[in-house]
Amino acid sequence: MSDRVSFTIDGTRVEAFRSQSIMDAAMESGVYIPRLCHVPGLDPWGSCRVCTVKVNGRFSTACTQPAMTGLTVENDTEELNDLRRDLVEMLFVGGNHFCMSCEKSGNCELQAMGYRLGITAPLHPYLHPDRDVDASHPDIMLDHNRCILCARCVRTSRDLDGKQVFDFVNRGSDRRIAIDPGARLKDSDADVTDRALDACPVGALLRKREGFRVPVGEREYDHVAIGEEDGVDPVSDLWDES
Amino acid sequence: MTQVKTEKVRIATTSLAGCFGCHMSLLDIDERILQLAELVEFHKSPVVDRKTFQERCAVGLIEGGCCNAENVETLRAFRDQCDILVSVGDCATMGGIPALRNLVPLEECLREAFLDGPSTVNPTGRPPDDPELPLLLDKVYPCHEVVRVDYHLPGCPPSADALWAALQALLTGAEPTLPYPLLKYD
Amino acid sequence: MKAALVSHTVARHGSDAPALMAVLRDIQSAEGCVSEARQHEVADAMHLRPALVRAFVGFYSFLTERPQGRVVIRLCDDVVDRMKGYDRVRHSFEDALGIAVGETTADGTVTLERTPCIGLCDQAPAALINDIPFTELSSDRAWEIVRGLQEHGDPERLVTRMGDGRNRHPRIHAMVNNNVQHQGPFIFGPLNRGEAIRKALSMTPFEVIRTLKTARLRGRGGAGFPTGMKWEFTRVARGARKFIVCNADEGEPGTFKDRVILTEFPDRVLAGMTIAGYALGAREGLFYLRGEYAYLRDYLESVLEQRRADNLIGRDILGRKGFDFDVEIRMGAGSYLCGEETALLNSCEGLPGDARDRPPFPAEAGYLGYPTSVNNVETLCCVAKILERGPATFAEQGLPESAGTKVLSISGDCTRPGIYEVPFGIELQEVLELSGGTDAAAVLVGGPSGALVGPDGFDRRISFEDLATGGALVVFGPQRDLLEVLRGYADFFAEESCGYCTPCRIGTQLIQEYLARIHAGRADRQDVEGMIRAARTMKRSSRCGLGQTACNPILKTLESFPGFFDGWLAEETNGTRGAFDLEEAVAESRALRGGDHV
Repeated sequence: MSDRVSFTIDGTRVEAFRSQSIMDAAMESGVYIPRLCHVPGLDPWGSCRVCTVKVNGRFSTACTQPAMTGLTVENDTEELNDLRRDLVEMLFVGGNHFCMSCEKSGNCELQAMGYRLGITAPLHPYLHPDRDVDASHPDIMLDHNRCILCARCVRTSRDLDGKQVFDFVNRGSDRRIAIDPGARLKDSDADVTDRALDACPVGALLRKREGFRVPVGEREYDHVAIGEEDGVDPVSDLWDES
Repeated sequence: MTQVKTEKVRIATTSLAGCFGCHMSLLDIDERILQLAELVEFHKSPVVDRKTFQERCAVGLIEGGCCNAENVETLRAFRDQCDILVSVGDCATMGGIPALRNLVPLEECLREAFLDGPSTVNPTGRPPDDPELPLLLDKVYPCHEVVRVDYHLPGCPPSADALWAALQALLTGAEPTLPYPLLKYD
Repeated sequence: MKAALVSHTVARHGSDAPALMAVLRDIQSAEGCVSEARQHEVADAMHLRPALVRAFVGFYSFLTERPQGRVVIRLCDDVVDRMKGYDRVRHSFEDALGIAVGETTADGTVTLERTPCIGLCDQAPAALINDIPFTELSSDRAWEIVRGLQEHGDPERLVTRMGDGRNRHPRIHAMVNNNVQHQGPFIFGPLNRGEAIRKALSMTPFEVIRTLKTARLRGRGGAGFPTGMKWEFTRVARGARKFIVCNADEGEPGTFKDRVILTEFPDRVLAGMTIAGYALGAREGLFYLRGEYAYLRDYLESVLEQRRADNLIGRDILGRKGFDFDVEIRMGAGSYLCGEETALLNSCEGLPGDARDRPPFPAEAGYLGYPTSVNNVETLCCVAKILERGPATFAEQGLPESAGTKVLSISGDCTRPGIYEVPFGIELQEVLELSGGTDAAAVLVGGPSGALVGPDGFDRRISFEDLATGGALVVFGPQRDLLEVLRGYADFFAEESCGYCTPCRIGTQLIQEYLARIHAGRADRQDVEGMIRAARTMKRSSRCGLGQTACNPILKTLESFPGFFDGWLAEETNGTRGAFDLEEAVAESRALRGGDHV
């Protein structure tokens, strides 16, 4: 069939439609490629770079690279997991992430990625950026200290909520999530029922009065590594509990 | 931990800019503490209230990061006297709660804490400045920025099981890698 | 009048999103800022989301939310300017105005800013006052300028002399010098207006493309993609419209060749664009001019006018029925990244200048989603000359992989800074002899995203085979602190990163921090290893060329100078990190305790 393509990821044959990305194809085939900014159902964004794989020997993000017949994709290799470790470390030192006091802890994908990759302490210097908290909204909190600029809220608000509450402003280290000029969250269309709030992988966008509801030990990533939630990842045997 | 050595392994512990929560977690290993007591001798440690090093230790466990000059001095002494140094807990590995002050200039912190805070009564009009008080550092440092650290054991605190697993590994000369459910940042 | 500003401006430029840059530039220059209120008005008038207008203003450094004075002095603090006395000039401006960089005078008239490379390294230190370039600044000149501004407030009246060549042209009227030190046969060869287009029209479009392939022309921006192949992609791509874009946004620190080419031979560049229009079947051209070169805009418009009058662009060009092609100038507003072709396209579309993911490549889906070919100024000149003189003449110069000549912008510690058109394959040593930089301790080839090369490498050749370069060469004499140089470039990359992707946004900041520690003697081997790790991560995983090359000041420098950082490192003693200095860490609290300010 001409609209089907076939390629390999770490030696495993994967089938896909021609229009799919390597990431989509991998997800359908039950191969886990680590990722933070990509979620199924949203346009690929390619900002976290955690899904970097090697495609025919060249580094490329799985979420933006189209699947094609004959590709040789490397994914779960020491070289790539080292790279991902460094990217996740960068995200930790580039923001102000205090897991011990964060409502999202245990359900946070950044933290879970740190666990999965076995990071015990980021060794780059902490940059301690000066960031704001917008707590103006009665039901929602936006904490820029924890934001990893993945645009999941931006895309979800735009494509699923049909609202376009969020955008980015500024560049470089000043880049951050923004709403309309001069506005704070309370002035925006943001609502506690927005799916954008669920899209946040970290504790940057939170519903107020809902923190710490799930006891420690029962949270999403307390026992099961990210990527292993549904046992969909036959390739990885990262953790040996014995 | 099958082979019991005739001579106990000497361990030192300390709490720098921490809350002693990591030490409490160590005590949380419950009845395993008896087993531990068979294997190790606590040397300089708040557990046995010994203040100085008299002998080299095999393992040093550091709780807390460095927020003042005394912390640095203690940490350096640990590095000097311990074969293996382990940062235990989030304060030691990344600064932890004390490092929240790194987002605020030092002078502002002191002002808020000792002069302008809403509940502050301070007739001297100055922050405490007794020469006995150690000088604060410009910011709170994770231990590995001050001395070479061999292993990091994150958690706030690391669970008793995590500490036990790490100690078991260290005492048998293995790398203290934690199984998934024990590696936590909270 | 005030209330009508936005509606007038939008009426003048149109309400389609691509007009956003022109609208906001006008508002900025009329009011010294684009206030939150104006952002909302513009969004209303152009049917854009206010958040997007805010994002746009926040991205470009020439647009500000904060009010600026009627006169804005932008001092260039590029590494070369710093070598040539930036600090003295800055202090003089600060003293004369009574403000610091980043501030506006109390009466609200003058703002003093700093800015990265403005393309005047051969006559540094330099500044832009509003759009007017001021070169070879000194302390005295700074005081003189401020006195003039206090007297009459008109920077135009401070233009006291004319530069060389066409800088005297009334539509340019600038104090800038071209400093063309070495003229080669192609870029600086004699102008034969209309001839190249005539030759192109005597061929089929595919023959034109084949001619470029025969000439083995490669892009002059630095990456060196074969132009013929690139054009072919766009030629065969399907689209209701197609676009030719000239990338005149040279922002690599140390480069200024396009400034000189645009001053002396804009006709040659436009001929190249027109030929591209013919070969690719495009009717529309965009000329993206960096904001720093706004002083050339009027002149370029007049050249376009003249070419329209001469039937060299416009409708039925040179009498060829149905061959229509016209060019519109689009302005930048202070962003290095917009020199990257996909960021440039975003900027043209009225978006912040973030890079795009590839695929799709611009050849398939570029400006507004149409097939687009983005070409460097110098490449387009080569196109015109190849058509005019034949591909063989071009290909016989240079090396197998690097045909023709290359225009170099040379500055720094050399006696003859300026522009050199040299055959590809020339040894670095010969370039240094030509430019009077023979006692160099190091040369930065290709700007900071290129490679720092030491005397061991002076026998290397300027070519795609060996030392590829967009043309910026900065010479550093033995008296220079090369670590300080690297820090300057690290600051540049951190400032210019768009921040979209993790490795570039955070990696550029980490490199800044590591270099600062090393320079202060507060780093040990662990820090150097951490820095290299961050640099490699940037190289491997950054989304666009900026991040992939922003690590070169570390990685390439270590290739040329193994152990480069060793001399600065503190030793680890008994496990105590050399990186940590207790005395320094307690200095602040010691001072606070001793003093009475807390």
